[in-house]
Amino acid sequence: MNKNKEQLLNKRYKAEQRFRLYGLSAIFMALLFLTIFIFKIFSTGYSAFQKTWLIVPVTFDAELMMLDQNPSKEDLQDADYYDIALKSMADLDPNANEDQENELKRMVSYFFEKEIKNELLNDPNLIGKTKEVYLTASDDLDQVFKGNYPRDLPEDQRRVNDYQLKIFDQLVANGKVESKFNISFFTNADSREAELAGIASSFMGSIFSILVCLMIAFPVAVLAAIYLEEFAPKNRFTDFIEVNINNLAAVPSIVFGLLGLGVLLAIFQLPRSTPLVGGITLSLMTLPTIIIAARASLKAVPPSIREAALAMGASRMQTTMHHTVPLSMPGTLSGTIIGLAQALGETAPLILIGMVAFVNTIPGSPMDPAASLPVQIYIWAESAERGFVEKVSACIMVLLGFLIIMNLFAQIIRHKFEKKWS
Amino acid sequence: MNLILFTFIVLLGFTSYYFGRKKAYTIQSTKKRLTALPQFYGYYLAIWCAIPAFIIFSLWAIFEPTIVKLLILSDYSNQGYLDDELNLLYEKSKALSRGQFTGEITPFIEASAEKYLSLRSIAQSSKVVIVLSAIIASVAYAYKRISSNSRTREPVEKFLNAVLFTASLAAILTTVGIVFSLIFQTIDFFKVIPLFDFVFGTHWYPAKAFVRDSSEALDPTMYSDTFGAVPIFAGTFFIAFIAMCVAIPIGLMSGIYLAEYASTKVRQYAKPLIEILAGIPTVVYGFFAALTVGPFLKELGTSMGLEVSAESALAAGGVMGIMIIPFISSLSDDVITSVPQSLRDGSYAMGATKSETIKRVIFPAALPGIVGSILLGVSRAIGETMIVVMASGLAANLTLNPLESTSTITAQIVVILIGDQAFGDPKTQAAFALGMSLFLVTLCLNIVALRVVKKYREKYE
Repeated sequence: MNKNKEQLLNKRYKAEQRFRLYGLSAIFMALLFLTIFIFKIFSTGYSAFQKTWLIVPVTFDAELMMLDQNPSKEDLQDADYYDIALKSMADLDPNANEDQENELKRMVSYFFEKEIKNELLNDPNLIGKTKEVYLTASDDLDQVFKGNYPRDLPEDQRRVNDYQLKIFDQLVANGKVESKFNISFFTNADSREAELAGIASSFMGSIFSILVCLMIAFPVAVLAAIYLEEFAPKNRFTDFIEVNINNLAAVPSIVFGLLGLGVLLAIFQLPRSTPLVGGITLSLMTLPTIIIAARASLKAVPPSIREAALAMGASRMQTTMHHTVPLSMPGTLSGTIIGLAQALGETAPLILIGMVAFVNTIPGSPMDPAASLPVQIYIWAESAERGFVEKVSACIMVLLGFLIIMNLFAQIIRHKFEKKWS
Repeated sequence: MNLILFTFIVLLGFTSYYFGRKKAYTIQSTKKRLTALPQFYGYYLAIWCAIPAFIIFSLWAIFEPTIVKLLILSDYSNQGYLDDELNLLYEKSKALSRGQFTGEITPFIEASAEKYLSLRSIAQSSKVVIVLSAIIASVAYAYKRISSNSRTREPVEKFLNAVLFTASLAAILTTVGIVFSLIFQTIDFFKVIPLFDFVFGTHWYPAKAFVRDSSEALDPTMYSDTFGAVPIFAGTFFIAFIAMCVAIPIGLMSGIYLAEYASTKVRQYAKPLIEILAGIPTVVYGFFAALTVGPFLKELGTSMGLEVSAESALAAGGVMGIMIIPFISSLSDDVITSVPQSLRDGSYAMGATKSETIKRVIFPAALPGIVGSILLGVSRAIGETMIVVMASGLAANLTLNPLESTSTITAQIVVILIGDQAFGDPKTQAAFALGMSLFLVTLCLNIVALRVVKKYREKYE
């Protein structure tokens, strides 16, 4: 009898421990996912911040460039650089036949002509001389150099052939291949060529959409929250508004995309693919988030503040505008930033309003077509070229960086400026 | 042009504020008592400046295009054109006047383009004149009216109240906008495709609707067996089911652990860390699922002799489940913490262990709230877009094998609407019909979930 009891107790204690372990392992699993996730993104993405350059001697032959004696600046602009560019690549292997010359040309980006031109424009005295010029390596060689490209594949499955690899290895052996910080990733617009593609256009697109979103959502949401929390009578209509707000906060984002497409583009005829439309769509999405945050923070202001102001003879509007609202601002602002961070990461509605269009210029205003950072991630992730994989991860790192900064900022505002009432 | 006018009006508003306040100070200096603080006199005038400007601006925005169109089309009124042709003519001349027209330029169109331009400039300049004179008249009238005993605070506050009220309508307007944008396209869609075929058909090949000459009349028989949404609905719920299989155990257990077992220190760090998972953009999850999880599962399957698609429902659903973990864990954490301590104490006093208390007392008490949080999670899983677009298939297979690829409502909407779309085409309308069903399903889930959570909260407050 006694033994039986002890057994039972042991069993119960074991069950207790097991249950505890389940809980602990659930948390552990969730954190493990997070770690794998971040590790994966960083390990594939960090190499995109480096760019591979080939150092190639270029002879600035005036004759090949069709230049006269003492050319003016404009002559230099209009000169023909293609031939010397081609020649300097072909000179890497003196014995190359025509096919091989073509392959040599493909070792650098199609931008190489421009790069040689810029070199000469910077220093016009180079005419007739030879100088070693940094040329952007093609994205396949870039990947080979970073070790992301399996060299042991059969030749016909590779985009770099054996000949190119041979020349490339010679260059590496001579120290003519260099890896430098990839500035163009931050300054270039999108491009079909992975080695030239950058995030500048989508970054500006994101900034513009977020600004439009902020300018619309913040005032409307704060005013709405003030009304609902401070002035609204309790009746069916305000209940209906509440249900609407809570429901909108949980409506799938793609539905807002359909709203943007069906109303903003089809009925109001706003320009497609622009951050303006994107921002308006996002603002409708962020509205409920900000309203809920602002209401919570208005509710947190103790009634004694209101009563004191009313007792001094302030009207209800004055009480609200002079006392309650300023006191609630830290909470409202941090809620707004969190809402904007959500909007910054949103993709689906922007795809529907056409912000996936290929844009190779940097937008200058919210009325220019643009992509946004998350959409850029989607576009690159869908393209087949290997060079884009690390770009996607790098773009994700930039996006996550912004989200972290925004969330930290929200935390700081909340902790620093929010008054604790007790 | 509009921007300059707008800035000018804002400047006018500030000046009238200044003059209003100044008048109040002058009255004050004559030792008369004011009925409101001086700045209210300023606000009062500024409002008198803003209202007419706003009214005229909106009237203009509404009526200008239609009036211009009427005037231009009146040239063609008795030449026997059809309505559609007239619209086309109008659009052509509009495009030409902007220099964006690429087609053949006929003298007719050129003439109306010129007329369009001149009408627009007349409209613009008359707008400027009307707005400015209306503002000046109304401000002057109000300025003359204010005196020592005129009421200014009440009208200003009434106005502010109206502004606040209007802002609170934004939420309703958004909902109305959603329904509005979905319903017309959906109705048009069901005019061509019978509702029955959509809800019970088992073949979904919207690509088939591509091959149509737009000048031909719509032939509904062409679309039989094209827009049967059963595979899409099944795929959506299937992927959501897989996601919940991952999210419910992990989310619920971690919520319970955080609420009942974790020390304050663990809670302080673990909770925000788990919530990071909710802050990661979904497109990032999609990339992760497509690039890492999909190929990993495929390799794993091959090594075990299983045929796994690289775009399996398992990969998309699993990653989606990870995304939903924090929603369930923090909501159930909240719900469990709000169970009154007395219930726990009672159970401990009867000699129950902690886990027995949780399983037999707290869990049943918190069940409505937990169900609510799970329903919100399901609604999120159904509406999730980017993960499925990137990681699951785009062809709609009717399958219950998690290793094969399926498609979802959201993925199909994106597939159909990406790139250019022609309104009035059954294929585009199909996307809106899918959107409508998505909206309705998530609406029901949300309302039920929110009500359940609210009821539960009230019970213990």
